[in-house]
Amino acid sequence: MRLEPKPAPSLAVTLLFPLAAIATTLMLTSILVLAAGASPLSVFYLVAKGAAGSQFALLETLTRATPLIFTGLAIAVAFRAKLWNIGAEAQLYIGGVVTVVLGTGALPLPSVILIPVIIVVAMAAGALLLLGPAVLKTRFGVDEVVTTLLLNFIVLLFVSMLLEGMLKDPMGLGWPQSQKVVAEAQLPRLIQGKRLHYGFVIALASAVVVWVVMKKTVLGYEMRAVGFNPEGARFVGIPVNRALLKTALLSGGLAALAGFSEVSGLKGNLTLDLSPGYGYTGIVVAMLAMLNPLGVIASAIFVAGIFVGADAMSRAAKVPSYIADVMVATSLLTMVVAILLTRFWIRWR
Amino acid sequence: MDALEILFTASFWVAAIRIASPLIFATMGELICERAGVLNLGIEGIMTAGAFAGWFTVYSGGDLWAGLLVAALVGAMFGLLHATLTVPLGLSQHVVGIGVTLLATSLTYFIYRLALPEVTSPPKIEPFQPLPIPGLSSIPVFGEALFTQTPLTYLAFVSVAAVAWILYRTPIGLAVRAAGENPSAVEAQGISVTGIRMGAVVIGSALMAVGGAFLTTSAFNSFFFQMINGRGWICIALVVFGSWRPGKALIGAILFAAFDAYQVRLQQISGGIVPYQIFLMMPYALSILALILVARRATYPKALMITYQKGER
Repeated sequence: MRLEPKPAPSLAVTLLFPLAAIATTLMLTSILVLAAGASPLSVFYLVAKGAAGSQFALLETLTRATPLIFTGLAIAVAFRAKLWNIGAEAQLYIGGVVTVVLGTGALPLPSVILIPVIIVVAMAAGALLLLGPAVLKTRFGVDEVVTTLLLNFIVLLFVSMLLEGMLKDPMGLGWPQSQKVVAEAQLPRLIQGKRLHYGFVIALASAVVVWVVMKKTVLGYEMRAVGFNPEGARFVGIPVNRALLKTALLSGGLAALAGFSEVSGLKGNLTLDLSPGYGYTGIVVAMLAMLNPLGVIASAIFVAGIFVGADAMSRAAKVPSYIADVMVATSLLTMVVAILLTRFWIRWR
Repeated sequence: MDALEILFTASFWVAAIRIASPLIFATMGELICERAGVLNLGIEGIMTAGAFAGWFTVYSGGDLWAGLLVAALVGAMFGLLHATLTVPLGLSQHVVGIGVTLLATSLTYFIYRLALPEVTSPPKIEPFQPLPIPGLSSIPVFGEALFTQTPLTYLAFVSVAAVAWILYRTPIGLAVRAAGENPSAVEAQGISVTGIRMGAVVIGSALMAVGGAFLTTSAFNSFFFQMINGRGWICIALVVFGSWRPGKALIGAILFAAFDAYQVRLQQISGGIVPYQIFLMMPYALSILALILVARRATYPKALMITYQKGER
């Protein structure tokens, strides 16, 4: 068996492949639904209805998509330069920590100043957190996959320590949670009385900015060149290591925005369950989008829809909501195969 | 008890060897994969699936050894999935590995919830019991630590010897090592690189799953969520720390486990002055530190993470 390159497919064909990957995922997960004694069609209908069947469902899906857009962008940027940042979860939590540290009354500033200050500091903290593994990679050749993964555990323990110590809410009845951020540090809701908040708007804007950076700037060009062929990039005079470090700063900063947006826009305070694995799910979001920043918006909404829909479905049908995680993981694998098929013929001889 | 005295007690080393056992299995598994040229980041999920499969087989009335066999088979299946996507199809070993971890973990949780929808506390099984080796186990400290363990721990040590013997003393081991160093040389001998690499990933993944099953059938007696808790990632660090050699990796695993057992005991005698999270962070921090220390002189298998296509250079 061998792979032979084929000419670049048209846009229509390219868009067809994610759809084929999703269809394959649905077929494969049908087996699990059948094993649970339910009918796949009705279960998938319930998932779709739970994700987008009403105004409430749709808004809930967009709310859930918000952190996934940030982590998806963080991964898309990093993976484009083949910087394997699996630590978005840790960077997200650091963003949350900064939001709580600065947002619970330490800075008596009006909203228009306070929120940008928090955003900048949160992004800087997330950026620095990824800069460590990136420097270890460029300086010492330490694989960043393992270091970023291990940092996830360290940072979560660090957050747990803060929530039982310095940042503990004295009125929290002993729960490991922080105080609520002050009103000036809260992102307003997009629609009065609904959960969707301005974090979603910031996420959309970030996607556009990242798209411009990737397509129109020297940095974007360097990142793509480094990811495509580091040796070649070095040969044509691109400072490969510096490009990787810049990528790390951008990626870590974007992931930290997810933590900021969840605390400031949705939860109000920091707890240990701020993220049910948004950092890891961001990898799937980025891959489904084929690392395209604008595509991340669509794939984040799709993945969020699966989670929100599955929650609603599992209340109605007796299928565990973990089916959503299985679907998301399966779609990651079917998607990478689909991308391969857009580029190569598989020849059996 | 004094912080130093702990190091000379038999109970401390018994615990250290017990903690090392699952790491030894999984580290050997990862080592085989990487020696053949494939980074297997599915390890964390495969260990989770193995832990569940082993426990669930016993819980459903199977024998403990049957549980182990089922765990190994489940691991091998995920290994086959990983190998198919990364070896002949040549997909990114990073992305596929993370995908396999996500899939194996979520599938395990789904099946657990499906099989036991109502339970709040995880049901228990009768795990492997310690099997003292007559004579040897009465040697003070050293003998007690090594020879009063469960059969699975002895098997973990046997697996190191077996992996070392196969890698360095058999033709198939030579082929595995060459597939990770210089695949075209293997192909020139008329041996299929694809076959060798896929075989290595399947066998390695089975070992990882046995490492997971150690936790549910020997160290503890039930399965709970997040029980692997980063052990898989630590094993990847141990392979690097051990310079891809079974013996060195074994020493690394025991040192690591001793450190882990030590921090638990320090935590107890520190009397709560230092937050307990600091102690829990230490194993992960130590893994990162170990990676940095060995990185400069690490001799990677030269074809690690490089896909091989027949007829290409």
